[in-house]
Amino acid sequence: MPVIAARSVHKSFGEFEAVRGVDFEVARGEFFGFLGPNGAGKSSLMRMIGCVSPVTSGELRIFDLDPNVDGAAIRSRMGVVPQTDNLDQELTLLENLVMYGRYFDIPRRECRDRARELLEFVQLADRADSRVEPLSGGMKRRLTIARSLMNRPELLLLDEPTTGLDPQARHVLWERLYRLKEQGVTLALTTHYMDEAEQLCDRLVVMDRGRIVAEGTPRGLIVEHSTREVLELRLLSTTPDDIAERLAPIGERVEVLPDRVLVYAHDGEAALASVHQLGIEPLASLVRRSSLEDVFLRLTGRSLVE
Amino acid sequence: MSATVIRRSTPASIRVWEAQVVTVWRAWKSSALLSMLQPLVFLGGMGFGVGALVDERSGSTAALGGLGYLAFLGPALMATTAMQTATFEASYPVMDGFKWRRAFEAMTATPVAPRDVVNGMALWWASRILLGVTGVALVLAAIPTTRGWGLIPAALGATLCGMVFATAMGAWASTRESEASFAAVQRFIIIPLFLFGGAFYPVDSLPSALRPVAWITPLWHGVELSRGLTTSGITFAAACGHLAYLAVLTAIGYIICRITFHRRLTR
Repeated sequence: MPVIAARSVHKSFGEFEAVRGVDFEVARGEFFGFLGPNGAGKSSLMRMIGCVSPVTSGELRIFDLDPNVDGAAIRSRMGVVPQTDNLDQELTLLENLVMYGRYFDIPRRECRDRARELLEFVQLADRADSRVEPLSGGMKRRLTIARSLMNRPELLLLDEPTTGLDPQARHVLWERLYRLKEQGVTLALTTHYMDEAEQLCDRLVVMDRGRIVAEGTPRGLIVEHSTREVLELRLLSTTPDDIAERLAPIGERVEVLPDRVLVYAHDGEAALASVHQLGIEPLASLVRRSSLEDVFLRLTGRSLVE
Repeated sequence: MSATVIRRSTPASIRVWEAQVVTVWRAWKSSALLSMLQPLVFLGGMGFGVGALVDERSGSTAALGGLGYLAFLGPALMATTAMQTATFEASYPVMDGFKWRRAFEAMTATPVAPRDVVNGMALWWASRILLGVTGVALVLAAIPTTRGWGLIPAALGATLCGMVFATAMGAWASTRESEASFAAVQRFIIIPLFLFGGAFYPVDSLPSALRPVAWITPLWHGVELSRGLTTSGITFAAACGHLAYLAVLTAIGYIICRITFHRRLTR
């Protein structure tokens, strides 16, 4: 039995359709990702899974329960890390966790024990009795994660957990999420960072404008929708319009972006040699492996982060 | 990880109330204490100052139903305090819950449902109003002309009067995106009611056209009830009438809160 099962799930806000019929399943113990740009419908979907926003149409089941009927029961087994922190800035770290634990009707003493343990887990034990307000963004995110674990959830929902964090803070957070996966927690995460999805997720769906445009493992999606390597070229601003046509024979596919040209090829270095042979002299060139960014570009014709 | 065993020991609304107590105690300790001082200032300033003036003129006490001014004004301040505490506690803290601190959002990600948030906040309003009213009642208990067991039912009646304002203000605040309108509510509804609701002088002294306006306001019913139970005397039927009116308005406000909170928390 999947932890989350969605069949043709829609969400509308008046005229606007935020989620336009999505189907997916998340298995127990899986780290599942929803990758897409802002406005793809990821957060709306998360709020439906979190049983706070009712499904407009379609069928959604979590722990094989119906959110409309058993919302409270589902929420008692789930942890939520919202996109924007809603910690109580005036209270201490410990007080925040205890207060949140009380919402689950966990006895006060038990709340305090769990809170101490979880502050240890997110490496904030030394700040237990200081106020939340002066913490850095990364620390607040970690505290929010600790808070979401107060009820020892089977399923953890993370809505863009690392948006706005510096690389160092992101890595600390990723490492903690790995640990949770090791402990058997099922994780569902939304992100618009392709590296995050690639690093963390066992499986993911790529979302665009309320729809799922692809589904698979990060590696599988890249293999399926892109070439092994990509040659990135930076050309003069006076690049002739026919550049795509001229480069076409070199790679399997060419994408002309406002600031660069991408040549999709199995062997990037060989492709670069061919570019030189054609008499095209790029200002700069870079050969890299294909990423989910390329998958997204392929599927939607747009970049993830704009 | 095994499923967490949730012990259903405390109702969710009580836990919401509990969180509110912790938060408010932490954040608004000082202003909560200050708000209790305000009725004392009125009692001192108006009761003794204006009172001395009024009581000297022999005709006045007849107009006040034979009461001295302090005995007339004092009990009414329980109702006005209830109203003012209620409008404050159901405006900024509600905006805080939805928008600033977003505690309601955090709560509803847990087994706490929107209706528990409303019930918890209603409990919070009731307890906070009762606390403010009790402060006034304690002072009145120290003054010989206002002392009496009637202060206890009067304090409860005033609290019910406060709940009319709390539920109405809470419903309004839950539909707002900013606090901009709160000052206007204070200025154009609460202060006029405070002045024209029969706390400082009998409504009978108002021009006859204005009297029915005073009679439909919840504050007037709260004032009559508090005063009647404490100093001026009231018939059982009249007391029941005031209570029923206040209870009906509170029920309406509560139902609207249930709808507006639910709507906002389940978008």
